Amino acid sequence: MLTVEGLDVWFGYPPDRVDAVQDASFTVAQGESFGLVGESGSGKSTILRAIAGLIDTWSGRIVVDDQQVEGRRRDRAFHKTVQMVFQDPYASLHPRHSVDRVLSETLKLQGMDDIDRRVQRLLDDVGLGRGFRFRYPHQLSGGQRQRVAIARALAAEPRLLLLDEPTSALDVSVQAEILNLMTDLRAEHGLTYVMVSHDLAVVGHMCDRLAVMQGGRIVEVMKVEDLRQGAASEAYTKSLIEASAGYVRA
Amino acid sequence: MSETLLSVRDLRVAFPTRQGVFEAVRGVSFDLGRERLGVVGESGSGKSMTGRAILGLVRPPGKVTADRLTLDGQSILNLPERKMRAIRGSHISMVMQDPKFSLNPVVKIGDQIMEAYRLHAGRGSGNARDKALEMLAAVQIRDPERVMDAYPHEVSGGMGQRIMIAMMLAPDPEILIADEPTSALDVSVRTEVLNIMDRLVRDRGMGLIFISHDLNLVAQFCDRVLIMYAGRIVETIEAKNLHNARHPYTQGLLNSLPRLDQPVKHLPVLERQDSWRDAPLIDESMETELPGGL
Ligand SMILES: Nc1ncnc2c1ncn2[C@@H]1O[C@H](COP(=O)(O)OP(=O)(O)OP(=O)(O)O)[C@@H](O)[C@H]1O
Ligand SMILES: Nc1ncnc2c1ncn2[C@@H]1O[C@H](COP(=O)(O)OP(=O)(O)OP(=O)(O)O)[C@@H](O)[C@H]1O
Ligand SMILES: [Mg+2]
Ligand SMILES: [Mg+2]
Repeated sequence: MLTVEGLDVWFGYPPDRVDAVQDASFTVAQGESFGLVGESGSGKSTILRAIAGLIDTWSGRIVVDDQQVEGRRRDRAFHKTVQMVFQDPYASLHPRHSVDRVLSETLKLQGMDDIDRRVQRLLDDVGLGRGFRFRYPHQLSGGQRQRVAIARALAAEPRLLLLDEPTSALDVSVQAEILNLMTDLRAEHGLTYVMVSHDLAVVGHMCDRLAVMQGGRIVEVMKVEDLRQGAASEAYTKSLIEASAGYVRA
Repeated sequence: MSETLLSVRDLRVAFPTRQGVFEAVRGVSFDLGRERLGVVGESGSGKSMTGRAILGLVRPPGKVTADRLTLDGQSILNLPERKMRAIRGSHISMVMQDPKFSLNPVVKIGDQIMEAYRLHAGRGSGNARDKALEMLAAVQIRDPERVMDAYPHEVSGGMGQRIMIAMMLAPDPEILIADEPTSALDVSVRTEVLNIMDRLVRDRGMGLIFISHDLNLVAQFCDRVLIMYAGRIVETIEAKNLHNARHPYTQGLLNSLPRLDQPVKHLPVLERQDSWRDAPLIDESMETELPGGL
């Protein structure tokens, strides 16, 4: 479903050039759920953004659904296949568009009918009741906004979902509901996920395999069973697993 | 508890909506000393709104009322904006849930931190640039020189969060309200950032309100925890006893956590009960007779 090969992503020009991602390679099979974890600032969001066509300064190969993509150009079929949920739910929602408008416009853009029923269904799926349909982003809590962003991504009925910290703004009970929903959607429709999260337990719950990143590079690709056993080969991964056991006061 | 820095009694925040008045906070009471006070609860339960109300940041038509809202014994309830700004600048800081949203998108990060520092320390107070670099390094920013010259959209989610923390700590506040301050940080960077806050509480006697979804973290990092549901505090408990919480809601939150050592296909979800909305507070100490708890 997705192949990333020798991906380099940079910003700016020398001497200020930032090499955000260096030589990243991984593949994700149809129906698989793949995790991206690692250091803050290591290039996780940048990889997703390059795949989604939001960055043009990259080289290497990105193949989605057997189609190789170039630069920032993505055709209609791509957007029907791939949707992204952004790390930052505030910035990704238009401040003057109500929840209803965000969802119905996405549905219309995808050429869907029966808009009214579908909007209601999407809101139910992400656990937002009727009271929220006509609210604006500033009238929602952080987690409520994130659920609107997830509903918008699901509206297009994509086959590949790029999820950037989809539940880190959510409390654990809503997180459980959304993760269960995503598990069911994947089982029913064979969806493929690439999911960035700093929460190893969430990655362990949702993913089959994961890549560990540090300083722009993928240091290790591992199976989730190995993550569970704490069987990492890289020192960095080991330290992440150890630190995730909890906070110990210095 | 140590001496009281902040005292809150029967705090309420109400918004007029199409469906009538919506109370986002419904009678919250607590005292904050020189301690780490955790606030947990589900999405929409009023955690952020409680923080915003304390700082006078609830926008109209929202209305804030309270029997008492005092900082060092002085009322700060509905102060004029000019006075409130002075308090926000030096006594109470808040790290907002969405850090990049709270940074000015068209001003370089370094300039924003230096401004925050100068506001507090006064113009011409030494080398603001050195101080800013030092603070960025303290929150584990790898290349502080570059980040000083970057704009907010040029940094990652977790970097934005740490920049915001550095800025809010610049004025050396008496109280820090940190709203999900580490939700975008990997665990190793998170530990360093928590250590900074921890030292400020221990060494300088800062009061910390730590709003978080991460129950395990709150249990390990905080001293006491307030658990909120539908705009009220439903349980207060010593952080180290959080895993033995008695309220079914708190227990439900704990059960819905995924665990690396216990894989399941579906996670347990909360069965919310209407009765939780107005049931009496469960207070571990049971010493208090105050409705809404302490
Ligand atoms: N538009 C940009 N211009 C310049 N540098 C950028 C830009 N976007 C990202 N970067 C840099 O690229 C690096 C990787 O950022 P990225 O957002 O991918 O990190 P991340 O792994 O998602 O981190 P986090 O977990 O904190 O969200 C960072 O050093 C960041 O400052
Ligand atoms: N301007 C507004 N008008 C009406 N209701 C509002 C407004 N702003 C916030 N709310 C509501 O107030 C309630 C409390 O919001 P708050 O932001 O405090 O939640 P929270 O506990 O911080 O949740 P989260 O964990 O998702 O951030 C929410 O149900 C939200 O929808
Ligand atoms: Mg990111
Ligand atoms: Mg909030």
